[in-house]
Amino acid sequence: MTEISLEALSPKREQPVPGEPENWRRFFSFSTDHKVIGIQYIVVAFVFFLIGGFLAMIIRGELITPEADLVDRTVYNALFTMHGTIMLFMWTFPVLNGLANYLVPLQIGARDMAFPRLNAVAFWMVPVFGVILMASFLVPGGPSQSGWWAYPPVSLQNPTGNLINGQFLWILAVALSGISSIMGAVNIVTTIIRMRAPGMTFFKMPVFCWAVMAAQTIQLFGLPALTAGAVMLLFDLSVGTSFFDPATGGDPVLYQHFFWFYSHPAVYVIILPVFGVFSELFPVYARKPLFGYKFVAVSSFVITGLSAIVWVHHMFASGTPGWMRMLFMASTMLISVPTGVKIFAWVATIWGGKIKLSTPMLFALGGLVNFLFAGITGIMLAAVPFDIHVNNTYFVVGHFHYVIYGAAVMGIYAAIYHWFPKMTGRMYYEGLGKLHFVLTFVGVNLNFLPMHPAGLMGMPRRVASYDPEFAYWNVLASLGGFLLGVSTLPFLLNMISSWILGEKAPANPWRAIGLEWLVSSPPPHENFAVIPTVVSEPYGYGKNEPLIASQMASTELTSELS
Amino acid sequence: MSSVNLDQSLNSAATVHAADHHEEGEHRLFGFIVFLLSESVIFLSFFVGYIVYKTSATDWLPAGVEGLEVREPFINTIVLVSSSFVIYIAERYLHKENLWGFRAFWLLTMAMGSFFLYGQAVEWMGLDFGFTDGLFGGTFYLLTGFHGLHVLTGVLLQGIMLGRSFIPGNYDDGEVGVAATSLFWHFVDVIWIILFILIYVWQ
Ligand code: HEM
Ligand SMILES: [Cu+2]
Repeated sequence: MTEISLEALSPKREQPVPGEPENWRRFFSFSTDHKVIGIQYIVVAFVFFLIGGFLAMIIRGELITPEADLVDRTVYNALFTMHGTIMLFMWTFPVLNGLANYLVPLQIGARDMAFPRLNAVAFWMVPVFGVILMASFLVPGGPSQSGWWAYPPVSLQNPTGNLINGQFLWILAVALSGISSIMGAVNIVTTIIRMRAPGMTFFKMPVFCWAVMAAQTIQLFGLPALTAGAVMLLFDLSVGTSFFDPATGGDPVLYQHFFWFYSHPAVYVIILPVFGVFSELFPVYARKPLFGYKFVAVSSFVITGLSAIVWVHHMFASGTPGWMRMLFMASTMLISVPTGVKIFAWVATIWGGKIKLSTPMLFALGGLVNFLFAGITGIMLAAVPFDIHVNNTYFVVGHFHYVIYGAAVMGIYAAIYHWFPKMTGRMYYEGLGKLHFVLTFVGVNLNFLPMHPAGLMGMPRRVASYDPEFAYWNVLASLGGFLLGVSTLPFLLNMISSWILGEKAPANPWRAIGLEWLVSSPPPHENFAVIPTVVSEPYGYGKNEPLIASQMASTELTSELS
Repeated sequence: MSSVNLDQSLNSAATVHAADHHEEGEHRLFGFIVFLLSESVIFLSFFVGYIVYKTSATDWLPAGVEGLEVREPFINTIVLVSSSFVIYIAERYLHKENLWGFRAFWLLTMAMGSFFLYGQAVEWMGLDFGFTDGLFGGTFYLLTGFHGLHVLTGVLLQGIMLGRSFIPGNYDDGEVGVAATSLFWHFVDVIWIILFILIYVWQ
């Protein structure tokens, strides 16, 4: 972890790679421009999304029949382990970091991140640990088979006896991902706290930035706990210490605590920025100010605080004593308060607005609906008596896929469409976007809704074969899964062809309010020729108030925005 | 910026860039503090793990091990803790623009840090239990090793800062690197005090 300090201490700030925004080669260079790094993150993460999705197709293919007939059981274990790990550590976190990287400096009126070089290093670690993780397909014994949570003693089995085994590479990759995320978090938090444009007080800052700051705060206090657990696991696995191995007096439940102390809050690292995206998009496409802006902003931090005291709800069935179950049941249910505040604010924002159902808005609305559903199943799971019944069943798998695919991935799509013109200077094709939305929304619900009845009936997760009574739901889920696979095609087609051939985008195609929309698309090198002075909240839709000082004079711009 | 008529009276580009340099140093220090706060959670996790193990383990000490000798580690502790004062004096000298005073006390800090590392190595060598000897051995080497790695990093950082003090004019208006290194050193110190109490005092 100490390289970071060296990096932070390095005396000179390197100038960003020279070159016009049109120069595509910079995307393949060690650029320190936050806009380049943001897009690098997003593209690399999407490649891993496709890889993780490909594994999911095999998993769903296996589950379309009750017998374990498509792949070997050990291969199946490796598939779901790698699927989960890739989707979280190589897709969701990096893509959200990409959005934050791209948007935060623009939205707060800064020329770049606080530490541009650290930023580039953090990004380039992503392909490195991605390759390390992928390499575990090539070592004897194949990848880790212990699931994305790597619970001991399962994760401590080392059938091949090699030092370099799938689990070893898994821990290495996750640890490197942690280091990269900490670098990113230090950078983003410093940037937001110290580099806002003059006049941009915290309560004039876009909610996306609030949410990103709240999410990155979680990385800062949570990731070190996972790192501690991972280090101890690594020693158990490769040196033979006895921290978590019950056979030698170790305590496997302590690992679960380390793991969930981070990995529960980690789900908010994912969802908070997506909440931020919702909060940015609804006002634009409903042409109304964000309802309860200050409450929405602050509730992100309330969630950050609460997220640190609920992790044991993943361990209700891990021999947890009764008083602990009660406490964590109560704290988990509390989270629905700040979350409810947000949902209420979004609905009130949309209510009675001039709604424009273009692709980003569709994805945001779809994401919100899915999130509502996932929140309800989440509260159900938080109830101990219910959870004991469905723990480790497909009900849990259904719950979290609704959040992570239904809400988070759809929110990420919404963000990509919304800011695509800004990032590339081109417009995307609306028709393909809508097709993509329909396939995704139908796919999510067809794939993940049937998991709930299957789970309630008792179908355990992480199995290659199951009782034929669950077959009906699994066939439906598999069809939905394949639909989701197909849904990436119009997206890819849209992104690639629009980027090359799309219509040129104006600076502000959505008539949105925000500093990022005041600069050209794509923004010039170092973003702002002169740093603007912010004078009002960012959601003045229909209010006819200027956002920055220099607009006070030019009224034709503000009236155009309203 | 083509579409917006910007208020040119705000700041001329030149003054913005002059202010940038000073601000950047402050960003670094701020970022470093954020990093240290985060890093402290790793230690916190290890400490919590240690406490859980120690209070719940059925046979804590490996067979044939009586406990830990406290005398030498205590001397080590005194040296490390006092080096926090020494590094502070070095910083004061730098503040008063007395470079040689800074270097002398900075070097003394490095010597004290190295003494600590040496003492730790000697202690490790003399112990009759290893990393894989139960939870006691595991946590002992994990905690002292991870902390020792930080001491080593601190000494190396100090070496870099010492070297950079010879670049003419480099430390004219203070130096964030020095401030950050010294902060790191205090951090390593505080961690050691907790660690010493947990491992050596609470036996
Ligand atoms: C109202 C909010 C939420 C509540 C009350 C809630 C509650 C729960 C509970 C109690 C479990 C444990 C079930 C079990 O293992 O038996 C769980 C699992 C899970 N939740 Fe949520 N959740 C909420 C929101 C979220 C969000 C926003 C995400 C992600 C962005 C998420 C992701 C997950 C994941 C990944 C798991 C399963 C992890 C695993 O076992 O592999 N949840 N949730
Ligand atoms: Cu949770």
